[in-house]
Amino acid sequence: MTDFFKIDELLSEENLLIRQSVAEFTDKEIKPVIDSYAQRAAFPAYMVKRFGELGILGVTLPEDHGGTGADYIGYGLVCQEIERGDSGMRSTLSVQNSLVIWPIHQFGTEAQKKKYLPKLASGEWLGCFGLTEPDHGSNPAGMQARLTNVNGEYVLNGSKSWISNAPLADVAVVWARNPEGRVQGMILERGMEGFTTPEITNKWSLRASVTGELVFDNVKVPSENLMPQALGVGAALQCLDNARYGIAWGAIGAAIDCYETAVGYSAERIQFEKPIAAFQLTQKKLAEMLTEITKAQLVAWRLGVLKNEGKATTTQISLAKRNNVAMALHVAREARQILGANGIVGEFPIMRHMMNLESVVTYEGTHDIHLLILGAEITGIPAFKG
Amino acid sequence: MKILVCITSVPDTTAKISFTQDNTQFNKTGVQFIIGPYDDYALARAVELKEQHGGSLTVLNVGTSDSDPQIRKALAIGADDAIRIDTEPTDSYFVAAQIAEIAQKNSYDLILMGRESIDFNSGVVHGLVGEMLGIPSYSPVMKLEITDGKAEFAREIDGGKEFLEADLPLVLGCQEPIAEWKIPNMRGIMTARSKPLNVVPATPMDDLTVLKKYTLPAPKGECKMIAAEDAEQLIALLRTEAKVL
Ligand SMILES: Cc1cc2nc3c(=O)[nH]c(=O)nc-3n(C[C@H](O)[C@H](O)[C@H](O)COP(=O)(O)OP(=O)(O)OC[C@H]3O[C@@H](n4cnc5c(N)ncnc54)[C@H](O)[C@@H]3O)c2cc1C
Repeated sequence: MTDFFKIDELLSEENLLIRQSVAEFTDKEIKPVIDSYAQRAAFPAYMVKRFGELGILGVTLPEDHGGTGADYIGYGLVCQEIERGDSGMRSTLSVQNSLVIWPIHQFGTEAQKKKYLPKLASGEWLGCFGLTEPDHGSNPAGMQARLTNVNGEYVLNGSKSWISNAPLADVAVVWARNPEGRVQGMILERGMEGFTTPEITNKWSLRASVTGELVFDNVKVPSENLMPQALGVGAALQCLDNARYGIAWGAIGAAIDCYETAVGYSAERIQFEKPIAAFQLTQKKLAEMLTEITKAQLVAWRLGVLKNEGKATTTQISLAKRNNVAMALHVAREARQILGANGIVGEFPIMRHMMNLESVVTYEGTHDIHLLILGAEITGIPAFKG
Repeated sequence: MKILVCITSVPDTTAKISFTQDNTQFNKTGVQFIIGPYDDYALARAVELKEQHGGSLTVLNVGTSDSDPQIRKALAIGADDAIRIDTEPTDSYFVAAQIAEIAQKNSYDLILMGRESIDFNSGVVHGLVGEMLGIPSYSPVMKLEITDGKAEFAREIDGGKEFLEADLPLVLGCQEPIAEWKIPNMRGIMTARSKPLNVVPATPMDDLTVLKKYTLPAPKGECKMIAAEDAEQLIALLRTEAKVL
């Protein structure tokens, strides 16, 4: 495993074992099958149960709710090792951990925690998170989905788009404006009348992850399904902080897989009677990849320490997500070049990682939006509006 | 049923092997250590047997604190507790004597270990432990069932398999496909830290062997291709270069 600055030595005994176990799982269960699923644009749904058995769906969730009770570095390492296999698999895992289990545990009632958390942590149920709408992506505060009060009953109308896991999800954490006009989080279940989840097809990215819409046509939402503490856009953004944190680690996994593939390939591929690894231009690419991966690892590790101490800020997470995903995308593109024509076929993971990362650089706050978040932090002047 | 699984902590199969101090010390720098792959099979089967029959599963290692991560992994996979006999394992006889000492005190029904370690590969510890305890031992065992306090197992022998039945207690050296290696799950990892790892001093004894030095196998030479019809050249080369004729 690429660990040039010996991050492993900074890990607790448990976290080291977590990293090694999830790495073994990825090598044994994901790598051998993932290309075939991605080629067919099929989601390996059985994997959710396998994730549950391995205990990586409720990584930071306390044990009394069916979780693992690990710390945030443990969670980051899980994301990294799963994304070494595939960003789509890591997306499924991020959504379940950070965007479904985390908000229900953070904002839900005791009854909601009891009902949903154990089944979500075991993988019996799959969850999704509906924030983005067809007309509101980078600016979720503009959302139009609306919860109205009709004769003492809550009724939901509107739609969400680009929702990971949606077509198969049993449970959806959905954000909409409540009758008072505030953004409110709620839990919907498959089978509620008027609630459908059409699939978005023809993706060239995250092909082994399933994406869809959430359509609400006069869905009656029982009041016990509202999460009372999930009030305001800020609550939704807190969920995103957790998911983005995981992505900052995950992207390193994709980058490592591309880098290691390129190192191996360049040592074996002979051109002009030499391995291509002997050419300075190849060495420059490899040396820069290793440098950037190492920097990203240090950023992720330090962010993990801050997160464990409850001190990681939204802007620190923005910096890490933005830097590490862009790094991974760059490494994937460079690795693809080193592999020449072989870089574009499914026998090697590069092209799949590269195309996956095109989604990762956009979702959970685009590359540019995170830059603006940092810009606002530095100058005190938000440049999003007007 | 009381099961003891003995595990080694050995260099990863992909580790680069080198020696220091005039080829008398193995160079551990940068080497990743793992549970011996054959021991890992034994452990996996033991976890399954414990699930089926109940009882207890103890894992034992003769080694220094460098082995602790491998012991924790075994606990995460499903052992209930662990014993580490705190000493540098010197040779097979020494290790077997240390294991036998502990086994004598605790009367296990089943003592499992790998058919051999993958560092020194002597493959004799199970036999020695059986002998020291005065109970039967078999190796390499590739299938194992326990029914009504009896062990039924299959052993690989030259050109075939041997199916055996024996009363407990028993010492078995294991290999694939006795069980599939288990990946510890997260809950196992988190509970492993609260499981007891008892460190006990080694029983002093004289070394029967003295290590003089290590050498690496000669690097693989280049492959020479000789045309099929040119048998004479082949024979000449085998005589003059390879010097095997
Ligand atoms: C595969 C996939 C899975 C997804 N899963 C989920 C999910 O599970 N749940 C969920 O809620 N959402 C999900 N999303 C949605 C994702 O979060 C959004 O796509 C993302 O927030 C960007 O929104 P948008 O696509 O509407 O782009 P837009 O907001 O329209 O942005 C388009 C471009 O304009 C730029 N831009 C926008 N505003 C500004 C500005 N003020 N200044 C400068 N540039 C700006 C952006 O940076 C971007 O480059 C997913 C997306 C994908 C692709």
